[in-house]
Amino acid sequence: MNLMTELKTILKKNVRAYGMFIALFIIMLTFSVLTNGVFMSPRNISNLINSMGYIAVLAVGMTLVIVIRHIDLSVGFLAGFLGAIAAILLTQYNLPVWLVIPMVLIMGSLVGLFNGFLVANLNIPAFVVGLAGMMVFRGALLQATNRTGTIIVPNASFNAIGNGFIPDINILPGYHLITLLVGAVSIVLFVVMEFRARNTKIKYNFEIMSMPIFIAKLAFISFLIAYVTRILSMYNGLSWTVVIVLVTVALYHFMTTKTVLGRYIYAVGGNPEAAALSGINVKKITYFVFASMSMLAALSGILYTSRLQSATTTAGTLFELDAIAAAYVGGVSAAGGVGKVTGSVIGALVMASLVSGMNLMGIGSSGQYMIRGAILVIAVIFDVMTRNRK
Amino acid sequence: MDKQSQHLETIQEETTTDYILEMKEITKEFPGVKALDNVNFKVKRGEIHCLVGENGAGKSTLMKVLSGVWPSGSYTGDIVLNGEVQSYQGIQDSEKAGIAIIYQELALIPELTVYENIFLGHEIQKRGLIDWNETIVKSKELLERVRLKVNPETPIKELGVGKQQLVEIAKAFSKNIDLLILDEPTAALNDDDSENLMELLKELKTEGITSIMISHKLREVINIADTVTVLRDGQTICSLDAAKGEVTEQALIKNMVGRAINDIFPKRARKDMGEVALEIKNLNAHDHVSGRDILKNINLNVRKGEVVGVAGLIGAGRTELAYSIFGNPRDYSISGEIYMEGKPVNFNHSGDAIKAGLAYVTEDRKREGLILIQDVKNNISLANLKALSNRGVVNENKEITVATHYKDSLTIKTPSIQQIIGNLSGGNQQKVSVGKWLFTEPKVLILDEPTRGIDVGAKFEIYTIINKLIEQGMSIIMISSELPEVMGMSDRIYVMSEGQITGEMDAADATQDKIMEMATVS
Repeated sequence: MNLMTELKTILKKNVRAYGMFIALFIIMLTFSVLTNGVFMSPRNISNLINSMGYIAVLAVGMTLVIVIRHIDLSVGFLAGFLGAIAAILLTQYNLPVWLVIPMVLIMGSLVGLFNGFLVANLNIPAFVVGLAGMMVFRGALLQATNRTGTIIVPNASFNAIGNGFIPDINILPGYHLITLLVGAVSIVLFVVMEFRARNTKIKYNFEIMSMPIFIAKLAFISFLIAYVTRILSMYNGLSWTVVIVLVTVALYHFMTTKTVLGRYIYAVGGNPEAAALSGINVKKITYFVFASMSMLAALSGILYTSRLQSATTTAGTLFELDAIAAAYVGGVSAAGGVGKVTGSVIGALVMASLVSGMNLMGIGSSGQYMIRGAILVIAVIFDVMTRNRK
Repeated sequence: MDKQSQHLETIQEETTTDYILEMKEITKEFPGVKALDNVNFKVKRGEIHCLVGENGAGKSTLMKVLSGVWPSGSYTGDIVLNGEVQSYQGIQDSEKAGIAIIYQELALIPELTVYENIFLGHEIQKRGLIDWNETIVKSKELLERVRLKVNPETPIKELGVGKQQLVEIAKAFSKNIDLLILDEPTAALNDDDSENLMELLKELKTEGITSIMISHKLREVINIADTVTVLRDGQTICSLDAAKGEVTEQALIKNMVGRAINDIFPKRARKDMGEVALEIKNLNAHDHVSGRDILKNINLNVRKGEVVGVAGLIGAGRTELAYSIFGNPRDYSISGEIYMEGKPVNFNHSGDAIKAGLAYVTEDRKREGLILIQDVKNNISLANLKALSNRGVVNENKEITVATHYKDSLTIKTPSIQQIIGNLSGGNQQKVSVGKWLFTEPKVLILDEPTRGIDVGAKFEIYTIINKLIEQGMSIIMISSELPEVMGMSDRIYVMSEGQITGEMDAADATQDKIMEMATVS
């Protein structure tokens, strides 16, 4: 097989996985041209990535919910409500940040456990559970902010979560050195892990890419990481939001691909009856997935409150739909059993890029919604078509 | 007499018996299987014609050809209705021609009323609006015709299965039919309802309605049929005439099973069995969904190194028995005791059963056995993933070794263990199913229709695997509808009918006639 035909078959086989990157690339290129390069400026990229954090963590959780063939509409206002709770605990009860964050995350998990119970034990459709939760938490948010209106959070360390950047040693003028170092370390780690995986495949006689293509792939992704970290380091460097999102994605990626629990989740999504007969406790998996979703909603609420430095009465509006859209754009299948958390985060990035680009171009919000809707449908059409062709 | 007038005479002779339906030399192939092989099937006008045969003999396929489910062109041969060759593209065409088919699984909508169901799909309309008054009046007439005394405004879900069946027939009559086909109409009915239905068919006969009935219950067939056609392995074996006294139980059984067991079963050294591995005592089960008692007082045991066959017809309760033993995933109400190696056990879900050493290769591997969108490796490891993991993290190297081991030892033909399982052939999917359960290292393996839908070569391999497992001291319960398979592979055979065990015998004493007799007790 020569290189071109190999490249073609690889592209064909992975058209869904690569399609999203290509789409992202086209979107970024288009906006760069249309905005005379402002779109790709360090400041804009940094803002773009930081502003999608609270949707990205929701999209991660939503991926698993959709994989097990459910949906959770309650997460938007749950995020808003728990963000307000965090603000109240900080300002009215004067609790320290290190205590408030785990408290709020635990509250989120408990709400999710309850949702999971309604879905798994009482067989209430998840759509209905989510819809009810949406109303309840919207009311709860209004109740929580009723007395004071918007709750301003003056806590600097809490606000750093959504606005701060990782510290730096100022040696290299114009660049954020630690960020560059993080980028360099990631590239090294990535290359080492890829080589390891390749050697395992060789050991078991699995199909592998030919060496030149493999090197080209490594080079391309390393370049991407390098490029993004360079851009970020030219502004303020890595933000805490990005660190939190990356850690969350890494944990969930590990969980879904390497652990028994992850396998069980995808087995339940792929065929619930076969999973149950294989000894998997489908109810427990459902509890876990809903609890994890709501815990991430709590995290989303913390990120959002921190970013605004306040809890508002409308926080969380439509978060759930943005997260669902990100998951679908990211290749999660509504039929269940298929979808990666990394894909959903890329999906969130695609949607955030659209918003950012259109904002720069001065497109009004009416036009923006319509374009985002169209992109969602196009992404899913693309996904369904490439899936059917198999 | 010259040749032409001779020809004319034969034509006249043929037309003296009035056939409403003639199916001529029907052949229908599925990939790898000839479901119907040159089948001839003739139905006289105004008779009740029963179609019998073992599971998989081709009865349902023949009726699907007749009703247009398999459209014209997907089979060879002719369907002649009222003297005209038909070519149906779908059920709508056959309905227009006056054929109605009523399936075993009723196609009524539970939430709608009787009259809405009867006219569903061909509502009585007046200027584009449904004329409900006319609908109700017509429904009453139709219900009278099928002797069903219910208010047409009753929701279907409030009626029992027997009455629902009658509504189905009323629905068929609303379409002006003259050929009624019933596919195992009494399978889900109790004795009274069955009797009612038989009486109705006889009365309809006097009105000139022709019926074709598929049934497994031989007594019913003997009681009602004017003619019986026997199918076996996709071929017409014979057509028996009741008027000539040809329809007897012996004749039916002999023609249904009359196939020699050839040597497709690999030999196994029969040795002394070990102790009892699994014992079931007085097991009863009730299904809330259908509202039926699906298992009645089941007593069964299997020893180490023994293959116990469970024979019976579809709907006898064999799969339900497997579910009830294997952690009850369908949430039946169950009473009775289960003992593993002499100790009483209680399984709350399938995971408990697996831990105790039970494994269940399901009948429907696509729906309940495998995760079709995942690869061979993941499917093999799924039921015992914890054995491959350390603190919840899967050891992929170990997993690959295990999957490769089963791929080789069960000769699963796949390009790699990373192949998506939906892309494999039925036989190889079945081997993956078996491999998945062997990896749980079970003491008792339940195989439910282990060779359904797979070719002869793969069957032989599955049988060889069974023998190997028995030699290693495993116990196997094999549920199968294929009598030769049950007799060829088992040491001991249980026969089930209508949720009960109606017979138990040593395989050495078993004959196909004996089993079939016990399986058709009603």
